[in-house]
Amino acid sequence: MNPPNSAERHRETAQNGAERSNVSLVVNGARHQLELDNRTTLLDALREHLKLTGTKKGCDHGQCGACTVSVNGERINACLTLAVMHEGDDVATIEGLGEADHLDPMQQAFLDHDAFQCGYCTPGQICSAKAVLEEIRTKLPSHVTKDLTAPIEVTDAEIRERMSGNLCRCGAYANILKAIHQVAEERA
Amino acid sequence: MRAFSYERVSNPAQAAARAAEVPGAKFIAGGTNLLDLMKHEIETPLHLVDVTGTGLNAITETSNGGLRVGALVSNSALAADHRIRRDYAVLSRALVSGASGQLRNKATTGGNLLQRTRCPYFYDTGMPCNKRSPGAGCAALGKGASSRGLGVIGTSEACIATHPSDMAVALRVLDAEVETVTSSGETRRKPLDAFYQLPGDTPEVENTLEAGEMITAVELPAPVEGHHAYFKVRDRASYAFALVSVALIQTPEGKGRVALGGVAPKPWRRDDADAALPQGASAVMSQLLDGARPTQDNAYKLTLAERTLAALLAQE
Repeated sequence: MNPPNSAERHRETAQNGAERSNVSLVVNGARHQLELDNRTTLLDALREHLKLTGTKKGCDHGQCGACTVSVNGERINACLTLAVMHEGDDVATIEGLGEADHLDPMQQAFLDHDAFQCGYCTPGQICSAKAVLEEIRTKLPSHVTKDLTAPIEVTDAEIRERMSGNLCRCGAYANILKAIHQVAEERA
Repeated sequence: MRAFSYERVSNPAQAAARAAEVPGAKFIAGGTNLLDLMKHEIETPLHLVDVTGTGLNAITETSNGGLRVGALVSNSALAADHRIRRDYAVLSRALVSGASGQLRNKATTGGNLLQRTRCPYFYDTGMPCNKRSPGAGCAALGKGASSRGLGVIGTSEACIATHPSDMAVALRVLDAEVETVTSSGETRRKPLDAFYQLPGDTPEVENTLEAGEMITAVELPAPVEGHHAYFKVRDRASYAFALVSVALIQTPEGKGRVALGGVAPKPWRRDDADAALPQGASAVMSQLLDGARPTQDNAYKLTLAERTLAALLAQE
């Protein structure tokens, strides 16, 4: 069956309700009221509507991780979620992590270890890396965790596995690994 | 992506009623698969019913010693639940072998069961696909097609796609049941195996859900004693779909249960194959893969499945 053409489609959706919705998001602590096309992803709401362009659009299909942000304390792909589904949610992006003269330890570690080349995937890598250490601390198991019931150690294998949803086409993986270890050791 | 209208609902019966009532409606929860498909315009809903506010977020103990997992429990939360890690390790292992950390935080238990195949011809809207456009033909069975990732058993002349879920393979070996609510508010329950349908002549029909019917929970029976393992073979070490996966629960006497992922349109398990487990991997697979109809490209999966099980049994 072919999808209806756009005019027909507009008529049909109009019968069901509006194609736009209001949503209130808390981004890096600030509340924003937005009126959006229902199709707007959280990623596009951040970048195109709130002009927070630190969060990057890579593949737009959840495969590359460049759009990783934290929502209510959990990392997700901002490209695979609708903004209108986040009424009242607490969104943390790279812009909320640190300032140029007061970097987050993970941002500093990426600088210390030269953990990027072009930098496009870096905001997603950093948001993901911070979440990874938290997930290990709270005993969220991974594919390489040997004992599902014991505390989890911060090993190369654990970090690599947990960071597999963040691709880096420059291949800075070895230095990203070092940067994450540095923050883990600072915390220990 | 095509335009759609959107509403939030606050309970499962209301969700089911609305989805049945509004033309072209679909449920949305985690959205990680549906939105991907909507961007490709493979899914083109006219209306989305957001079920994330329906309160199905709990894992509770049942009167028969099992667990009831709410449909909205995320894949991460399910894998991390201490009861799942302790008593249903095969499920925890299967969950963490799927997708990425970001996706598992968003993907839900109900949504995982309903995710669509990753057959490249289903995704490529320039190619014929009976699952996407019934009657169009199957590009995967066409001349020169690549079918190395596709199914070897339970498939049909119309479709050789596999079910992509790891979670469902573990649920199959655990004898899980799927609880649903219909548009008239009736609660139903089905074993996972009966919930899924083989493609036959209608590969667009993947399960027994009626219009508006919504998954509310997955129920796990009392824990199955023994060693739980999930072994997934894929093209890279992480974040890829299975070529073959094996879910195994084995008792110290060598008895147990085996289910396969990556080979069929649903998690693949047979009683006679389970019964053959004491005789080893070869005996199991001669039952479990009896009637397989692989293509030239994916016949390796028959050997790979046997070797994967053999490797798991050797680890005991």
